[in-house]
Amino acid sequence: MTTTTIPHHETVYPKRPWKATKADLIPVFAALAVAALLDYAVVAITPMKGKLAYALLFFVFGAGFQMALKWKKLGRRAAVDSLAGSVAISGAVIAFVPVLSLLETTIVKGAKGLSLGFFIHDMSVANYQSPLSEGGVVQAIVGTLYLILIATAISLPLSLLTALYLTEIKGKASGFIQFLVQAMSGIPSVVAGIFIYSALLLTTSLRGSTIMAALALAILMIPTVTRTAQEVLLLVPADLREAGLALGATQWKTVATIVVPAARNGLITAVILGVARIAGETAPLLFTLGVSNKINWNPFSGGQSALPYYVWSGLGDGTELGIDRAWSGILVLLIVVLSLFATARIFGTRKVKIK
Amino acid sequence: MSSSVIERAVPEKRVLTTKPRPSDVAFRATLNVMSYSSLLILAAIGGFLAFRGFGAFKENGFGFITHSDWSSIVDNSGKEVNTFGMAAMITGTLIISTIALVIGVPISVLTALFLTFYAPEKIKRALVTVVDLMASFPSILYGLWGFIVLSPMATYWAKLIYKYLHWIPFLNVPSPAFERSPFLAGIVLSIMIIPIVTSVSREIFGQTPLDRIQAAYALGATRWGMIRAVVLPFGASGVVGGAMLGLGRALGETVAVYSVLNIVFKINWHILYGYGGNIASMIVQKFGEASFTEKKALLAAGFVLFVMTLLVNMVANTVVQRAVKSGK
Amino acid sequence: MSTDNSSQPNSLAGVAAARHREPGSAPLGSGLEARGVHAWFGSHHALEGVSLDFAAGTVTALIGPSGCGKSTFIRTLNRMHEFIPSAAMAGEVLLDGKDIYAPGTDVTKIRLQIGMVFQKPNPFPSMTIGENVLAGLKLAQIKSDRNKDELLEECLTRAGLWQEVKDRLGAHAGGLSGGQQQRLCIARSLAVNPKVLLMDEPCSALDPGSTLRIEDTISQLSKTMTIVIVTHNMQQAARVSDYTAFFLADGGPGQMVEVGPTNEMFSRPKDERTENYVSGRFG
Repeated sequence: MTTTTIPHHETVYPKRPWKATKADLIPVFAALAVAALLDYAVVAITPMKGKLAYALLFFVFGAGFQMALKWKKLGRRAAVDSLAGSVAISGAVIAFVPVLSLLETTIVKGAKGLSLGFFIHDMSVANYQSPLSEGGVVQAIVGTLYLILIATAISLPLSLLTALYLTEIKGKASGFIQFLVQAMSGIPSVVAGIFIYSALLLTTSLRGSTIMAALALAILMIPTVTRTAQEVLLLVPADLREAGLALGATQWKTVATIVVPAARNGLITAVILGVARIAGETAPLLFTLGVSNKINWNPFSGGQSALPYYVWSGLGDGTELGIDRAWSGILVLLIVVLSLFATARIFGTRKVKIK
Repeated sequence: MSSSVIERAVPEKRVLTTKPRPSDVAFRATLNVMSYSSLLILAAIGGFLAFRGFGAFKENGFGFITHSDWSSIVDNSGKEVNTFGMAAMITGTLIISTIALVIGVPISVLTALFLTFYAPEKIKRALVTVVDLMASFPSILYGLWGFIVLSPMATYWAKLIYKYLHWIPFLNVPSPAFERSPFLAGIVLSIMIIPIVTSVSREIFGQTPLDRIQAAYALGATRWGMIRAVVLPFGASGVVGGAMLGLGRALGETVAVYSVLNIVFKINWHILYGYGGNIASMIVQKFGEASFTEKKALLAAGFVLFVMTLLVNMVANTVVQRAVKSGK
Repeated sequence: MSTDNSSQPNSLAGVAAARHREPGSAPLGSGLEARGVHAWFGSHHALEGVSLDFAAGTVTALIGPSGCGKSTFIRTLNRMHEFIPSAAMAGEVLLDGKDIYAPGTDVTKIRLQIGMVFQKPNPFPSMTIGENVLAGLKLAQIKSDRNKDELLEECLTRAGLWQEVKDRLGAHAGGLSGGQQQRLCIARSLAVNPKVLLMDEPCSALDPGSTLRIEDTISQLSKTMTIVIVTHNMQQAARVSDYTAFFLADGGPGQMVEVGPTNEMFSRPKDERTENYVSGRFG
């Protein structure tokens, strides 16, 4: 009964015996390969045809073989576990296939119509049946930028102040306000559109314009910006606030000079996410934007164009050229939305700094 | 100390008062007032739509939601004759949303399980970004894609389903017209709700207490056994909440449904058959050429949609919040 | 592998047999044996070269200051270590002479034979008390030929909880006190009839009264199974264990300094560091 310290002369290397080894994986991939071959053969010789048949049979054979392997090696329970894993993987595959298809179709069909002219021409001398070398989206891009700017200008102060109320004052009504903000995020976009129409356009002499559409979009933007802003403000450490107050600053000064600047990157993320939320909205524009086939620099009167509206019109046109225009328009819109999304990600990861 | 006669002198609590500086008074007052902007907006939406739509409610009474006729015609004497009933649209909206949930929720739950318990860390991080990305796709993209790419496939699937399952009443069709059916619209919506249902489910699953997971494994559970015994009971309410948020989105979706659904004012229970109803799409469809009176009726329809989605979302948020809290 | 150390306490099995193996008692197998076990978290070498033989039917206490690797060690014994994504290990753990880390081993079957009780009581809150006890059977899909009610009563009795809960087996487990929950977790481990029970500081979240009841339970259980218990509490180690192993991380990875019969470890330890620790001079 003495100490059992191991002498140090031998180097021991870390191992992960629980990880599948090559010998474990070979049968797994072999079974999948056999499943694929069998799948191909069965589709070839039976009346079952099409992608659906391939997918379904591959699942049946693939999952079946994996189950059989597990059953042979570890028993029934392991086989059931294997089936559950196959089902989960298949579920994820089904969820992500549409994304691939969406992106692929948009890029393939949209890229055909893209040319420099598409970006610098408006639609004043072309219509949706014109060849794509004539007429373009410049007015829609300008319109979308206008809408984004104005909607942000309207919604940002409201959202930021609401978020500050929820994080800095934490008043009695906090729970209620939070509830309302969440309820607001569920408003269908079409409702925001017809609300602006019913309140400002139906019985007045006003007509659809950039400002009207921006108001509708602001309604949709507020909840997203408020909730994200609230989250990032909560990340500002409490001692920063106390430090400000302990220096004799007022709460207003503390918030304005310490809290908000500390959360700046996060707040930018909040705005970008809000913009991404509204940039592609179509339904509200149908009631509030009016129509314009060339750039309208005046946001307060006259119709306006926008990228989603451009796509909508192309789709509504229904002709082959119109649909081609819609695909090119949606590609431009998608690039805008995805760049916003990527920017938000970059700022979003930077916000960690304030911790 | 022990004597009960002598009362110990306890000083009275001081009341702490402070005289805030004017800038703070103004600051706090501003925040207090502005925080009610959301209430104001919600109230204004409800109020205006109800006010504008009041005429339609009054004229059609309960028929506004129980009848399926929607017509606004000018008769020989030049008088406008209106009948407004939304039954087909309400039923259609519910049918399409139900299809979306039936297809979308299981896929989302499986995806969330895959992301939380099966996927390797790197793949997981990439796929989570893709899910977020899906949520930011414009709905017109889903509409265009649904119309051009999905529609032919879904028509083919519908024919297959009909061929083998037509003995189930709602999978039967009166005649072989499978295009622009509620089935297709439901599939498009199911894809659109996958991101929200997946991310809520994933968040809840990720909060499953580690000690319970370990307890299950220590009892010799397989991964699936652990998920069934621990994760699913823990996450069930969160999944329900997520599904309801998805429902809220499905109920109010407009352009994507409009692009793929043939809107007819007649209740259609045959989901594979080529027509259906949807409140939001119907508003878009009718609005352009509507008379003043019909526009008001459409605003009334918008009010109905607003109330439906608001209720669903409020319940959903409450459920999700409870689930998240119980996990902490 | 640098495992065959001549000072390995091979005589432990004999001592245990003399003490516990009464005629007619169930065979306990040949126990559990760790051979040269190392553990890593990422590049952090947490445990170095522990060889320890847990003879069947004994109670072994693992003591040592925080961070000495004793919890890491106990988690390598039923392969719970591998749930930490960056974890790695080396060495062997033998159950009845077979390496539980051997390729092709069904890890779920290993965990059925080597049960575990955790620091914090962790009953399944969605299940009733009765369902919790039988959860292992359901999870492992074991078709027990025994009557469920009998098994339930037996497990709860062995865990010392039967009297307190026999009238409310259908109630949810969340309503029990911490100590009761921990005994419920013990009962849950017993239902699948493990050969070895690992306890990772089972009393650290409990009040002294509950602690005593659990210790009582451990003494009862030790007649029928091999028990390994990690504890911070030296009195507890002295009260419940036959053998004590002292772990220490002296700046480097955790090591086992010394192992021996509990009374010797506490009265006349061989290593100075053990002496310092058990006499309360550090740790």
